[in-house]
Amino acid sequence: MGTTMDVTMTVNGTEVTREVEPRTLLVHFVRDHLGLTGTHWACDTTNCGACTLWVDGEPVKSCTMLAVMADGHEVRTVEDLDTGGELNVLQQGFMEEHGLQCGFCTPGMLMTGQWLLDRDPDPDEATIREAISGNLCRCTGYENIVRAVRWAAEHGNGNGSAGQDTGDEAAADDAQDQDHDSDEVTA
Amino acid sequence: MTNQVSGRGALHSLDWFTQFHGGWLRLDEGIMQVPETFDYERVATVEDAIARLAHHGDEARLIAGGHSLLPMMKLRLAIPEVLIDINDVPGLDHVRVDGDELAIGAMVRHAAILDNGILAEHYPIFRDAERKIADPLVRNRGTIGGSVCQADPAEDLSAVVTALRGTIVIQSASGRRSVPIREFHTGPWETVVGDAEMVVEVRIPIRTAVGSAYEKVERRVGDWAVAAAGTFLQLDGDTIADAGIGLAAVGATHMTCPEAEQALVGGPADGDAFAEAARIVSESVHPTADQRGPVDYKRHLAGELTRRALVRSAARATGAGEDN
Repeated sequence: MGTTMDVTMTVNGTEVTREVEPRTLLVHFVRDHLGLTGTHWACDTTNCGACTLWVDGEPVKSCTMLAVMADGHEVRTVEDLDTGGELNVLQQGFMEEHGLQCGFCTPGMLMTGQWLLDRDPDPDEATIREAISGNLCRCTGYENIVRAVRWAAEHGNGNGSAGQDTGDEAAADDAQDQDHDSDEVTA
Repeated sequence: MTNQVSGRGALHSLDWFTQFHGGWLRLDEGIMQVPETFDYERVATVEDAIARLAHHGDEARLIAGGHSLLPMMKLRLAIPEVLIDINDVPGLDHVRVDGDELAIGAMVRHAAILDNGILAEHYPIFRDAERKIADPLVRNRGTIGGSVCQADPAEDLSAVVTALRGTIVIQSASGRRSVPIREFHTGPWETVVGDAEMVVEVRIPIRTAVGSAYEKVERRVGDWAVAAAGTFLQLDGDTIADAGIGLAAVGATHMTCPEAEQALVGGPADGDAFAEAARIVSESVHPTADQRGPVDYKRHLAGELTRRALVRSAARATGAGEDN
């Protein structure tokens, strides 16, 4: 029992295959097997949302999904949000509006927030609060997180999370970071 | 009869109800937050799933959303030897009118129930409840079939289906059978589903001149209910032609209160009738004191939430209710 299995999935656009125990949780798979430690691991009980990532375009709490259940599916983690090494609009919003203090919940907030903006480019405060109700923050009181999502909505996000115009404030060249991310996935 | 949390016969503690619902509290006791080892299989059809269940016997469990089963496996409240993943099985994600019933596939996820127009038109109680079930991320995974099979006395969709007197369609190698929801749960975490059977559909009778609503009190967004009540009222003019009540988390036998339903039917749909039904509910339930509140508070909530749900049901039945 507990025989290891090969799982193959697309993570941030790259196909990966690893041998895992069936009981391996998806959060541990991306962190420990792929080295993608942007996805955080915290409560382990489907409460806090720090481990939120996308499976087939929908945010899920990856502490409550088995890696083997993602076999053949597409996974997207917070490492994939930036565009060419530049922060995307939502990430800029978190910076502009001080949407984090300790930063632990931020990866999950970003993945849920991006999903919301992709579906609803101009969400009101109540909609934002409902969307992030499965992501807990112990620092900000949520006010600045809501403002960060609104900032992104007001700065041209919402029409897709990749390839959008990130504005002229963002750093122009960080190709090294981008390469680093790719190495982690394929290592 | 299947105990959903068995598997290797392991129930490690008598107060595991509290441990599950307050599972995170056990972190400081050193409980591993990774399941015990198991084997994993995927199936592509209902027939395959049933064949594999028959092969493995009672040590196998189906997994769909996994948002009840995996937490219980982490806490070693469930230790199945084999998980059979049914997420690839087609034909279980429908919501449709089928004759004089609504047919809801077992794999319909909470998020789809929340957004479904057919359910909203016939029974807004579904949308009321889904808005209060966990959070959007959990609702992306959890299914109605898993919810009713979990047989958790605090689970909202079971209370909704109970209020509406739905039936659960169970498939086995020899065909399908339908079990009324009020006979489906045989106790906390126990259902009539056999080892080589699988729930494939939930069916709800379509009614005319009907209104329905769900009321829930929770400590914080996404939590299990302190108490919850769902109702429907079918009106014939000013008279109640039929009524249904579902109750979660208050120790109601079969998650309902037939005495209160009977008190309503044939009488006027007015505040006095609703208050009397609420009083009967309040006296009939058997809540337990826990971290969510004392017995008298939960007893009060069971009645008051029933009353509020009846008021909203009546308003919706007459078209006077808010349309959201």
